[in-house]
Amino acid sequence: MTQAPERYVGGGVPRKEDPALVTGRANWTDNIKLPGMLHIAFLRSPFAHAKITNLDVSAALEQPGVVAAFTGEDLASEWGEGAQEAEQGPGYTLSTGGGQSNDVEVSETEQPEDASSEETSQDDEAFSFCAWVVTEDMKNPTHWPVARGEVNYTGDAVAVVVATDRYKAQDALEYIEVDYEPMTPAVDVERAMEEGAPLVHEDLGTNECFTWTLATGDIDDAFDKADVVVRERYVQQRLIPNAIEPRATVAAREPGHGGFVVYTSTQIPHIAKSVLSTACGIPEQKVRVVAPDVGGGFGSKLNVYSEEAICLVLARRLGAPIKWVEDRSENYQTTTHGRGQVQHLEMAADSEGRILGLRVRLLADMGAHLQLLTPGIPVLGAFMFPGVYTFGAYDFECKGVFTNLTPTDAYRGAGRPEAAYAIERMMDALAREVGISPVEARRRNFYEPFDEPTDTPAGIQYDSMNMQATLDRVLELADYDSLREEQQRRRDANDPMQLGIGFSTWTEISGLAPSQVNAALGLGGAGWEAASVRILPSGKVEVVTGTSPHGQGHETSWSQIAADVIGVAPDEVEVLHGDTDVSPLGRDTYGSRSLAVGGIAVHLVCERVMDKAKKIAAHMMEASEEDIEFSGGKFSVAGSPDQSTTIQQVAGAAFMAGSLPEGMEPGLNENYVYDPPNFTFPFGAHICVTEVDTETGKVRIRDYFAVDDCGPVINPIIVDGQLHGGLAQGIAQALYEGARFDEDGTLTTSSMVDYMIPGAPELPNFTLDRTVTPSPSNPLGVKGVGEAGTIGAPQAVINSICDALAPMGVHNIDMPALPMRVWQTIQDAKGDADARGGVAQ
Amino acid sequence: MIPVAFDYEVADSVDHAIELLGQHGEESKLIAGGHSLIPLMRLRLAAPTVLIDLDRLEDLRYVRDEGDYLSIGALTRHRDVHNNPLVQEHCGILGYTAGLLGDPSVQHRGTLGGTLAHGDPAGDMPSVMCALEGTLVAQGPDGERTIPALEFFKDYFFTDLAEQEVITEVRVPKLGSNTGWSYKKFSRRSQDWAVVGVAAVVEKDNGSISSARIGLTSMGNTPLRASAVEEALSGAGTDQVAEAANSADEGTSPGTDDAASSEFRRHLARVWTRRAVEEALGR
Repeated sequence: MTQAPERYVGGGVPRKEDPALVTGRANWTDNIKLPGMLHIAFLRSPFAHAKITNLDVSAALEQPGVVAAFTGEDLASEWGEGAQEAEQGPGYTLSTGGGQSNDVEVSETEQPEDASSEETSQDDEAFSFCAWVVTEDMKNPTHWPVARGEVNYTGDAVAVVVATDRYKAQDALEYIEVDYEPMTPAVDVERAMEEGAPLVHEDLGTNECFTWTLATGDIDDAFDKADVVVRERYVQQRLIPNAIEPRATVAAREPGHGGFVVYTSTQIPHIAKSVLSTACGIPEQKVRVVAPDVGGGFGSKLNVYSEEAICLVLARRLGAPIKWVEDRSENYQTTTHGRGQVQHLEMAADSEGRILGLRVRLLADMGAHLQLLTPGIPVLGAFMFPGVYTFGAYDFECKGVFTNLTPTDAYRGAGRPEAAYAIERMMDALAREVGISPVEARRRNFYEPFDEPTDTPAGIQYDSMNMQATLDRVLELADYDSLREEQQRRRDANDPMQLGIGFSTWTEISGLAPSQVNAALGLGGAGWEAASVRILPSGKVEVVTGTSPHGQGHETSWSQIAADVIGVAPDEVEVLHGDTDVSPLGRDTYGSRSLAVGGIAVHLVCERVMDKAKKIAAHMMEASEEDIEFSGGKFSVAGSPDQSTTIQQVAGAAFMAGSLPEGMEPGLNENYVYDPPNFTFPFGAHICVTEVDTETGKVRIRDYFAVDDCGPVINPIIVDGQLHGGLAQGIAQALYEGARFDEDGTLTTSSMVDYMIPGAPELPNFTLDRTVTPSPSNPLGVKGVGEAGTIGAPQAVINSICDALAPMGVHNIDMPALPMRVWQTIQDAKGDADARGGVAQ
Repeated sequence: MIPVAFDYEVADSVDHAIELLGQHGEESKLIAGGHSLIPLMRLRLAAPTVLIDLDRLEDLRYVRDEGDYLSIGALTRHRDVHNNPLVQEHCGILGYTAGLLGDPSVQHRGTLGGTLAHGDPAGDMPSVMCALEGTLVAQGPDGERTIPALEFFKDYFFTDLAEQEVITEVRVPKLGSNTGWSYKKFSRRSQDWAVVGVAAVVEKDNGSISSARIGLTSMGNTPLRASAVEEALSGAGTDQVAEAANSADEGTSPGTDDAASSEFRRHLARVWTRRAVEEALGR
């Protein structure tokens, strides 16, 4: 028997997940093929806002391979309580015709029984997937999975075709007859709030979804006393999440009992189970949700979508497994978008640059209707606008605004990148206004280092922080003084390539969430996480987690955590997840929560099982429990070094149960549900070095230095990977990506040709380092890191470009800073300078 | 992203391809590397009823030294053009540009003849061919003909090729030791189509410029030549490049799209022409 080393946590254990992923052996939802499976495709609205005046699917039904076609009215009886529960046989007939052995021909198609849709039980009721009611009077428009009478954004589902294969379903869409009466769309979040703007939902009488406020301290006093007031307007453009695997769902009846299984590419199988059960009127115990290997989510799969529900109700209605796989065009139009804010900020400060107060006014673009967490995203951000600075007064107001655009929701960072960007841009503006360096402006407002919960201007408590250490380290790493010298040389030489040095000193809120905080914020879902552990008779270990990894590497990290507590090697630990039958309790993966909540649950459940193992070991060695020591997988008795037993022997004894302490249950199986006492707050200091071609507006990131602090690191390979990917996504927002719509509400960046996802050539080599400030909130001291890079990066990039162009009088460039925008900004600044009499300084 | 159904034929010779084109008519389409056509089909912007696959015509992949010029088989892949020693020695601009097209997977599949036949004014090869004053060889039912590159590109995605013609060969001049060249591509991301591209082929003569040929990418419905710049550079000193480049957008009609306004494209053409000529002079 090999002696297990003391600790795997902190070591660069190679990811267990990777061999299957990089050799094409992953089990994506689209790989799932069930007997008799049918495929669906959606007819989607070409209009952002229109009445459907005529809709006829009958010609589509005549097309080869088509089994059924449904409008929103046809499906009206499927939703919510009282949905048709009657067991139906197959609602269509198939026969193999023409002697073609492999080709199933449909000989007869039949529109499913429509009797029950007479009584459209949901007609006058609300239908929504939204689970976050941010204010009591929040408006939550009904949005049917397939439109009924009106479409509200380009891509809204109008009809669904069911066919024997995906191609036939797609071809048949062209035979659906539909007439629209176009209505004026609201396509801009600011104009949507103006008097007389077209209404997204006329019945609501307004485009305002909610107004949410937060205030601490005396804000008027802060501005009265201010020597300096800085006012800025920033725009958070809409982003399109780009998981490599688009959405995909297979729904089927579970053989053997009357329930259903839904395989779906999701971050949240547990939440999806509850929501789908309610939406489709199926008792919760009859719905099993499986997240197979999931090819990325970035928040876009932190949702429950109409298409998932439609697969489920069609599996019920037609009695056949139903598959839907989104194509990339649909993905761009209909999977939730991220960001979408117009931010107005006012900062009051004294003459030394010390912040007195901050006022934030947001308009947050909800899109056409509310998805799972849509209204909560800017609310989550509300707590983070004060950033890493301590001051006395904070006044926040956010209005959620409906537009006739794709719904927004979580996207990597979800509310916090928006906040971190705004405050870090403001810090540069403050430095400029006061006449101090960006470094000095930050230092004057940092918290003194702390390692116990500390109050913030937003009324929450940060867990631990040492900004000074991260900033000092990143300045050293970047050789900051040399950079400033090079910058000066280029300025003096009037070099067309100017150098920019941009800062971001940031924090974020991760580790969602204490359940009582969720409840207080109106989020209809708890924030705990569950874990189970089973030490098998052989001493091998099964860990069941309620988190749902889709790239994060929980299999590896949880194995390391369990291995250290149980005294085995990580390869002896199997981590099970992603199936509500296997892992019945869970709150899933999003918001950089998994390690700080789910990983802690794993740690605690392993400790719990080892408490029992220790009792058994004491019994086996006829020693007192207090004398038992455990190290390297071996129990020994203090003072008698010869006497020992291994965890494997204890596991065998626990299972055989022939000689257990009086009254003890057999086996080594334990559960733990961990509800965190607080969030965790990772932080960091970044420097982005850009070269800006002042003749063409093209920006190249020459170097990116990032010193991050997420507390003790479980696996440095995984943490560095998260940072690389996060930084890439943050840089993408700053320099490249942005969803754009025309005046009609049509998405013009509708493919990867037009939507600028950067590739490897666009990104620099990242120079990373860490400081380690443990969180007092959990026994491992860990903080989330999944979104850190995305939250830290955009402002470092834009601050860097503005720094490069400062001598030309450029102080702001909206994201994404693509060449034409940068060039135009330079031209405008030159024009302003000319207008002032040619003085460019 | 799901194309309309189509039939598929494999050509086993150029004559067979011509015959298939005749048989299936104007709804049929030749396919070589497929990296321009297939994306259009997946977006249902193109819906040919028959694809005629040229990709197995291995004898159309070659580079030969013909004395004054190189002849390159139309199905030679970009990557093979890029890596070919003859191309590198005698026509560096062609090999260099082949290495800029799309990304590695595009370069490993796409073909020289294919990108020219596609006739995309945002393609890099058409303007390079115009600056080189190369020639295309096409075969049709009535035999073979040669077409100067300058006469080949007729309009947006529209070339001089007749319905039943197939490009079989591309000919480019061998550049002498006094010829400098540059292709400057301005794109938002490295793998994108050019927002503006400038191909410069400059004949040097004792520190001055005897002549220059400047091809422009994405400045109109076809690849263009910056003839005002060429005139100004004829017999010019190297200190006159910046001024000459200021007329790079004369006679062009660049469009406006998400990447660039017409005005920005004109500006880029001027800056990029100056930089391209300067680079050519140093090469």
